[in-house]
Amino acid sequence: MKDLYQGQRAMRNMRRQAMQRGVIAVLDIGTSKIACLVLQFDGPGQFRETDGVGPMAGQSNFRVIGMAHTRSRGMRFGEIQTMAETERAIRTVIQSAQKAANVRVDHVIACISGARPASYGLAGEIGLDAGKVAENDVSRVLAACEVPDFGRGREVLHAQPVNFAVDGKSGLSDPRDHTGDKLAVDMHVLTIDGDAAGNLVHCIRRCDMELAGVASASYASGLAALVEDEQELGAACIDLGSGTTGVSVFIKKHMIFADAVRFGGDLITQDIAKGLRISYAQAERLKTLHGGVEATGRDDHEMIDLGGDTGDWETDRRQVSRADLIGIMRPRVEEILENVAGILEAAGFDFMPSRQVVLTGGGSQIPGLDTLAARMLGHNVRIGRPLRIQGLPHNATAPGFSSAIGLALLTAHPQDEWWDFEMPAEAYPARSIRRAYRWFKNNW
Amino acid sequence: MQGLNPFGHRDADQGRPAPVRHVPSRPAPQVGAAKATPRRDPAPSRLAYRLNRMMLRPLMRRLIRVGLPAFLIAMVGGIWLSDETRRANLYSGVDGVVDKVQHRDAFMVQSMRIEGASEVVDKALRAMLPVELPASSFDIDLAKLREKVRMLDAVEAVDLRITPGGVLTAVVTERVPAVLWRHARGLELLDKTGHRVASVTARDVRKDLPIIAGEGADRAAPEAMALIEAAGPILPRLRGLERVGERRWDLVLDNGQRVKLPEDGALRALERVIALNKAQDLLSRDVAEIDLRNEFRPVLQIGNEAQNAIRRARGQAEIGPDGKPLETNPSVAAGQKNSTKTGTNPKKT
Repeated sequence: MKDLYQGQRAMRNMRRQAMQRGVIAVLDIGTSKIACLVLQFDGPGQFRETDGVGPMAGQSNFRVIGMAHTRSRGMRFGEIQTMAETERAIRTVIQSAQKAANVRVDHVIACISGARPASYGLAGEIGLDAGKVAENDVSRVLAACEVPDFGRGREVLHAQPVNFAVDGKSGLSDPRDHTGDKLAVDMHVLTIDGDAAGNLVHCIRRCDMELAGVASASYASGLAALVEDEQELGAACIDLGSGTTGVSVFIKKHMIFADAVRFGGDLITQDIAKGLRISYAQAERLKTLHGGVEATGRDDHEMIDLGGDTGDWETDRRQVSRADLIGIMRPRVEEILENVAGILEAAGFDFMPSRQVVLTGGGSQIPGLDTLAARMLGHNVRIGRPLRIQGLPHNATAPGFSSAIGLALLTAHPQDEWWDFEMPAEAYPARSIRRAYRWFKNNW
Repeated sequence: MQGLNPFGHRDADQGRPAPVRHVPSRPAPQVGAAKATPRRDPAPSRLAYRLNRMMLRPLMRRLIRVGLPAFLIAMVGGIWLSDETRRANLYSGVDGVVDKVQHRDAFMVQSMRIEGASEVVDKALRAMLPVELPASSFDIDLAKLREKVRMLDAVEAVDLRITPGGVLTAVVTERVPAVLWRHARGLELLDKTGHRVASVTARDVRKDLPIIAGEGADRAAPEAMALIEAAGPILPRLRGLERVGERRWDLVLDNGQRVKLPEDGALRALERVIALNKAQDLLSRDVAEIDLRNEFRPVLQIGNEAQNAIRRARGQAEIGPDGKPLETNPSVAAGQKNSTKTGTNPKKT
């Protein structure tokens, strides 16, 4: 895990550099669209206390100065399938965002939605010789976590200490200077497919950008769509994307679980296209304009022109009722939600104190989805729109942008990760000067 | 799915064939039009992307916005001017315009009028004008000309101006000769401040003016003027003032009498001499020299005549003007001095 530590640390330094420069881009590479926000960090003190704007968890110190989104290319299931195509799409979106911001951007933080995420809960425990939790004990206990075999080619995307416990006292977010004999930690580790992550890094490098961080899209959309209380009390965020449906579970403002289903709105469109024998673009149009999941009696009478550009008059003049369209969409949406329910069950969501489910992502805009989801996932379901951030244009406030916005929030207010703590002295090579330095620092 | 298909009247096991085209019913789609506009890739090429990013650099943008236009202007101008003929044309054109403006009637100076100048100065002034009249007023540098005119010794001040009628007016204030100065190189007229006015060839040119002499007399001319002013009663007998050692004045009277005045307070000493003269008629007696250099010890040197009178009264041999005893009694006059200190004499007054 040490090379990962170095790599993530390098990215963290890059992020710090970008913050110093004041301009950073966040890039949400989805299956159907790529969104890029250019953030300007003005630093704190932009608002005074008298303006009625509190610190807002670091959201008030940046604003969006450029936004662009474009159709994604070469992506499938949230992973990069054709590198050159995706690179072109990234170039397009970055160039137009730069044009909108009128600023050159060199650092980018990206999120990855697919790549088969896997969540692990790790636990570690150490004895405290000093009877008190010292600074280096935190890193020691993080290093003491038992790391399971993640499997071949897996990379750790997030490794966040979720909970500290000193002796019997659990639920500590900062255990430093607590007295006790034992320090325990619960850590949430999210791993993804290494090759998919490598492909993403390669694509961004090809665009002359420095990668300043990678985050999971499910996590980011959870940050944007869940309000603070939901994050604190426990909630699941379901990001209905086009290629993947991300699920992330939050409690005590920490992500404790994340996963993704390899189904999404794309599949619904494909079903429509196959079922009605129309082109993919037309199917997408039908889905967004007339789609739904709850059929009523009136829908039988509402006839929809299929349209088309085939050149055949008969084919282009076909009509279907809205009930037909709903009949195609609903099984697929149900299938997706079933899978989500399975994931939530596997995550032990039923045992959470508050079982709030928040639907976000482009797919959450299907009319009637909330009632369907409430029936399938539990009663506390709402459609979540992303948090509003400063300078965001109106057309980017749709639920489909929640992972991009969440990524911006994460950039402004990063979560402590395992690699943000100092490496314990034991992890250095035996004869390293830094090890000696660290030993001196800890003992005097 | 079957129920959804409104056109599903064909055999189910066959699968759905492609829709039948009714060929003659409508014109074929225009192939050429579709081909003419193939969908352009919206993505920028790698090169375009890099160029775009390069252009967004602040330095680059400043270079493009300021540097490039400046360079282009400089280059075009340089190339255009590099040709000798064009440059000459440009210069002559500019010169022509300047000339045209400067030689408008409004700027022309037609004549010159000089006021308050003697004939000599008038001639000199006219000669000093750098251009032939009529000329443009731009060609006449009044400040320079004024300086030049003021270099003339005879001119004290000059007021040069170009009046609206195109007349160059010079109002000259000439220096008034107040005193003649005789020195080793000749004879000069000085004004009352001691500034040279002109040279003269002989004393007779200005008989009315007093004369001063000696090196450095011109610098002390104001003092000399004051002395001459004060000499009122003895003025008819005054031959002139002589500057001694560039330090003090000697008053020289017509019969060779000399009043040596001190360096400081010469005026007071002169007044004292005049008072003495009034009281005792001192200067009409046989006194060769009155030495007032030391205020507390005035010295009189009596003339040869008076000396001999004294000697005769004492029964001593008479002496000649050279101080030697006359041949009649050389042995007596051998050790005699020709001056006698009579320090108590002036104090009686």
